Amino acid sequence: MTNIRTIAGRQFRSYFNGPIAYIVVAVTLLVLGFLFWQTFFLQQRATAREMFNYFSLINYFALPAVTMGLLAEEKRTGTIELLITMPVTDAQVILGKFVGVLGLYLVMMLLTLPYVFSIASLGELDWGPVFAGYFGLLLQGLALIGIGLACSSFTDNQLIAFFAALAISVFFFLIDKFLPLMPRGLQPLLEFISFDTHLDLLRRGVIAVRDTLFFLSVAGLAVLIAFRSLESRRWS
Amino acid sequence: MSNAMIEARDLSKSYGQVDALKDVSFEVSRGEVLGFLGPNGAGKTTTMKILTCFIAPSGGTASINGADVFEDPMGVRRSIGYLPESTPLYTEMLVIEYLEFVAKMRGYTGTDARKRIKKAVEQTSLGEVIAKEIRQLSKGFRQRVGLAQALVHEPPVLILDEPMSGLDPNQAQEIRELIKEIGRERTVILSTHDLGEVQVTCDRVLIISKGKLVADDSPEELRERSGKASYRVTVAEDDEGDDKRIRDLLGKVEGVDRVRPRTADAKGELIFAVSPSSSDDLRRELFQAAVDGGFVLLGLEKKSEGLDAVFRDLTTGEGDAPKKRSKKKASAEDKKAEARAKKKARDEAKKKADEDEDEAEEEDELESQEDETSTDSDSDDDSASDSSDDASDDDSDDDDSDDDSEKEKK
Repeated sequence: MTNIRTIAGRQFRSYFNGPIAYIVVAVTLLVLGFLFWQTFFLQQRATAREMFNYFSLINYFALPAVTMGLLAEEKRTGTIELLITMPVTDAQVILGKFVGVLGLYLVMMLLTLPYVFSIASLGELDWGPVFAGYFGLLLQGLALIGIGLACSSFTDNQLIAFFAALAISVFFFLIDKFLPLMPRGLQPLLEFISFDTHLDLLRRGVIAVRDTLFFLSVAGLAVLIAFRSLESRRWS
Repeated sequence: MSNAMIEARDLSKSYGQVDALKDVSFEVSRGEVLGFLGPNGAGKTTTMKILTCFIAPSGGTASINGADVFEDPMGVRRSIGYLPESTPLYTEMLVIEYLEFVAKMRGYTGTDARKRIKKAVEQTSLGEVIAKEIRQLSKGFRQRVGLAQALVHEPPVLILDEPMSGLDPNQAQEIRELIKEIGRERTVILSTHDLGEVQVTCDRVLIISKGKLVADDSPEELRERSGKASYRVTVAEDDEGDDKRIRDLLGKVEGVDRVRPRTADAKGELIFAVSPSSSDDLRRELFQAAVDGGFVLLGLEKKSEGLDAVFRDLTTGEGDAPKKRSKKKASAEDKKAEARAKKKARDEAKKKADEDEDEAEEEDELESQEDETSTDSDSDDDSASDSSDDASDDDSDDDDSDDDSEKEKK
């Protein structure tokens, strides 16, 4: 546990020691603010639903960007070797990395709170959907971070990790947009694995076990793949 | 319980079709500094990665401080400090931050951690850069940070992969001192392809080539294993300018295996490299041959083959080459050696300029084992001093005991 915390802490700080955290957080907030506030006043309704919608869209790009270096960069520079030959298990390394990015992601989410408070000051805000919305963002974040981590574990090139993670993430986003074009038999399955299907419900304020489990499973599976991939270096 | 800190049994590792390591076994006892020597790609790094549990061997096993790499990898990792090749560090961190991170990973917190970091920093003289970002540091300082991180938990075993590569002579010297210091109380394995390194730092040398262990000896023994010395004979050119006759005369001396002409340093001189077939001293016989044959001996110098030659033999030959270097190979090797010697001479000129007194002393100690003597002939004084000049030149030049290539250069 201590090891996971130590690795996570180092990872988290390394974001803020370099420019990555500032760029990603700033761009996310700027784009989010621009997209959201532009239409907010036309709607004449005090709701944060659109903000969650835009945030989840940005995540498909932002999270691959912050996860791309997790293992790829350590592999490229060789620091992975020092890290792993300390008394830690591979699982602790993977989980530590995961928690480290999660920390950055939580900071990103926290920084959107001023938007929510602004909305609340402008009208009667229903806090239920806000809570569910954040919960949905958290779940989606877990899944996307997992995917990014897994992609980063297969290569020592950050760009490859980024585009692989982006492709997979966008696949999960787009898949239900092409539903009518897909074979009828596959439609229920494709609809189920689409991130938006589950996020929509959450944005409406419905927290269901089914959606929670879906995202947790994706995250878990991805982390497992990353773990296996890291472990495979021993035998290859 | 054996006294072995590190025990490797039949280690093998194959990457797909390629065998990187084949049945390598060795033991390292407490307090020993072991040099792991071999050309690039011979399997040094692979062995070290196995010993540190970064990768698993495909066959065989190893244990460190009683912990098996398969059964107790955490135990192994607790017992070792590791410095991988090219010193990978988190360059965006401050030195102190990084060492704190390492201490925490090793399970030390609070004052205990601070004490350990302080000690490691003192040992590696990192004090002045402790608040700097690692990326701003010179290669030498980075290397020290790498060593410091390996020392924080005061491990009984240190595994250092190419700790000197990429350092300038001064930095290398500092790191060398440091490793020697560390090696007094710990077991150290260090890999290198620098032979001078091994002679100065190591108690024992393993030479590995193409994944196989080809030698396991002390540096002195290894040099002796190469057995025979060779002789550098300088004679005055006779009137006909005919070196054939002298060459034949030298070749006829009992115990001489082979005579090869060498480029002369000065006009009117002829230089021959004489290889004996046994390890008996041939200087008397050679001198006698000069007297009998009526040619003038300007210089006669005995040299034992350097570790360098042994290394080359062991790692390029089919196997136990040191006994006999085949004639076919010789010419190709000569060319290679010549190129190497040229490069070396350049390096060494640079190195020599930077060398401080200490090192010179050390080198001298080593050199004394090389049994270099120059026998003045009964010819005129000028040329006699000439030849001894020559010899002392060699002496200071050749801190890698690279006698062979030095000679061939000339």
